[in-house]
Amino acid sequence: MSLTLEDPRVIEFDVRTDEMLVNMGPQHPSTHGVLRLLLRTDGEIIHEITPHIGYLHRCAEKIGENLATPQWVPYTDRMDYLAGMNMNLGMALAVEKLIGLEVPEKAMTIRVLVAELGRIASHLVGMGAYGLDLGTFSPFLYAFREREIILDLFEELCGARLTYSYFTIGGATHDLPDIIPIPPGLAALTKRNKNMKLTWLEAVEMFLNWLEPRIQEYHTLLTRNQIFIKRTAGLGILTKELAISHGCTGPVLRGSGVDFDLRRDGEPIYTRYYTGYDFDVISAPFEDAPREAVLGDNWCRFFVRMMEVVQAIKLVRQAMAKYPKSQGTYRVPYKMSAKLPVDEAYLETECPRGAMGFYIVGNDKAEPYRARAKSSCFCNLSVTAPLCEGFLLADIPAIVGSLDVVMGEIDR
Amino acid sequence: MTAEDLHKLLVSEFGESKITGSNFTAKDPWIEIAATAIVDVARFLKHDERTQFDHLNDLTGVDYFEPDAKKAAKFNHQPHVEVVYHLTSYALRHRITIKVKVPRWKDEATKTIPEVPSVTSIWAIADWHERECYDLVGVNFTDHPNLRRILCPEDWEGHPLRKDYDMPLEYHGVRGK
Repeated sequence: MSLTLEDPRVIEFDVRTDEMLVNMGPQHPSTHGVLRLLLRTDGEIIHEITPHIGYLHRCAEKIGENLATPQWVPYTDRMDYLAGMNMNLGMALAVEKLIGLEVPEKAMTIRVLVAELGRIASHLVGMGAYGLDLGTFSPFLYAFREREIILDLFEELCGARLTYSYFTIGGATHDLPDIIPIPPGLAALTKRNKNMKLTWLEAVEMFLNWLEPRIQEYHTLLTRNQIFIKRTAGLGILTKELAISHGCTGPVLRGSGVDFDLRRDGEPIYTRYYTGYDFDVISAPFEDAPREAVLGDNWCRFFVRMMEVVQAIKLVRQAMAKYPKSQGTYRVPYKMSAKLPVDEAYLETECPRGAMGFYIVGNDKAEPYRARAKSSCFCNLSVTAPLCEGFLLADIPAIVGSLDVVMGEIDR
Repeated sequence: MTAEDLHKLLVSEFGESKITGSNFTAKDPWIEIAATAIVDVARFLKHDERTQFDHLNDLTGVDYFEPDAKKAAKFNHQPHVEVVYHLTSYALRHRITIKVKVPRWKDEATKTIPEVPSVTSIWAIADWHERECYDLVGVNFTDHPNLRRILCPEDWEGHPLRKDYDMPLEYHGVRGK
C-alpha cells in the first residue's frame, strides 16, 4: 500500500516533533551562577523542568562544626555574596539568641543602618541583573554605578567590598569611621572636589540624597517600560497557596500577596531592632500596577524589591538620626573560647532575598555541635518547576530571574 | 498558642504513646513526636484551626554521636539522629519546633540509614529539605517521591554531616585529604 498525499498519516508524519531534552546551564549567563535546568521541551514549550543544584557546594555547615562561632562569620557572607552584611547579622543574632547576649543600643543602630544599606545594594543588583536577563543592558550599568558607592562606603567601614564579616557576635567589629575621603564615584556624580574629606555619615547622607530621586528614573527605564511589562506582567504567576506551601519568603512571598516581613513579624530578638522605626512592609497587590499585572507575577516580585529600596532609604535615614544619640558601645566583648550552652536556637532574619535561618546547636564547646544555614533562595528556587511548566523557553530567564536567586546561598 | 498548650492539645489528640517528649525551657521550646506518627501529627498541625502551621521554616537533621571512644563516656547525649522541623503559622503568628528521634542506623551491621516518614504531602518544600537531609545527614524519608542527593554528586558515598564521616581520599582523580 502506498501512501498518497491525501492520506492523513503522511501529514502527521511530516510535522511530528520529538520532545527534546535541553540543558540550560550550569554556565548559562541568565541562570545567576551555576544553576543547571534540565528542560523537557516540545518545540518552544516547556513540559518539564528539573533544577539541578549543588555546583557551589562547600559544605559550609560541616566547616561550621569545626570553628568557633565568630570564626564562622566569614563563611556566611560567602553564602549570599550580594548581601554579606545581612548574612553576618542573621548568623550573629542566632548565636546571640543561643547564649542570651544583649547588644548595646549603639551596636543595634549600626546594625540597622548598615544592614539596610546592604539591602539597597543587593536590590540594586537584583534590579540590574533582572534587566540584563530580559535583554536590556543600561539598568545594569546604573545599578552598578550606585552600588559602587555603597561598596566604597563599606570599604571605609570594614576594609572589604564584598565579604565584609563586619557584624560579629556581640555587635560590629568597628565603630562607624569618622572622617573619610569622599568615595570617587560619589565625588564624580555630585560634582564635588575629589580630595574632599567628610564624615562617613555625611557621605551616606550625600549618597542617599543622590539616590532617592533616581528611583523614579529606574521606574521610567524599567518598571513602566512597555517591553519590560510585556515580558514580566502576567507571567510566572505564583499563587499565595503555592508560595506558602513551597516555603517562599521575602519579596517572592510578598509579591504573592502575603503581608509578612520578619522585621515586623519576626522573633522579639530581631524585631526590637526595628521598634521605633517608621517603615512600611511592601506587599502585592499594588494600586498603581499596570493593567496586565496579576497578583504574584514576575512584575509584582520585581516591584516589591524596588519599593523596598525606598523603605530601606527611609530606615537608613532614621538610623543615621538615631546614631549620635545611641548609648553604649559598638560591641560587647565575646571571647572566641566562650562555650556555647547545651541548647539550640533557630532564628530567621529578613535578608534581601528572604528569610535566612540559622540553627545553632551548642554542646558545651566553643564550636557549635551543629551549625545549619537554611537558605531562603533554596526554598524560592523550588517553585521553578511549577512556575515554568507550560511556558515558553524564552520566559525561563524572566521567571527564574524574578526569583532573584544567588547560587552561593543555595549550595552553601 | 504556647508550647505547653500545644503539647496538651497534641497529647489529647494523639495520646502519650505518640507524643514522646517535650522541653519548654529550651530557647526554642520543642515537642518530640514518634517517627511513625509524624505524618498524622504534621497534617493535624497544618490543618487544625487552633494550630494552622502552614509554613515549614526549616527541616534538618542532627547526628548525636561521639566517634572518639575516649571522649564517648563524657558525651552528654545518647547516640541518635534527630530530624528537626521548625514551623510557623502565618495566620496565628506562633512557632513551634518538632523533633523526631531515631537510632543512628536502622541496621548497625550493614550501615542502613534510619527511616522517617516523609512530610512532602503536607508541605511541598519538605521535598527539597528532605533530599538535603538525606544527602548530608543520612535519613531515609519513606514515601518521598524523589529521594535523590541534592547538593552532593549522585555518586557520592556517605553522608558528610554524620559525626563519624570520613573524608574520601580521592574522588574521580581529585585528591581529598
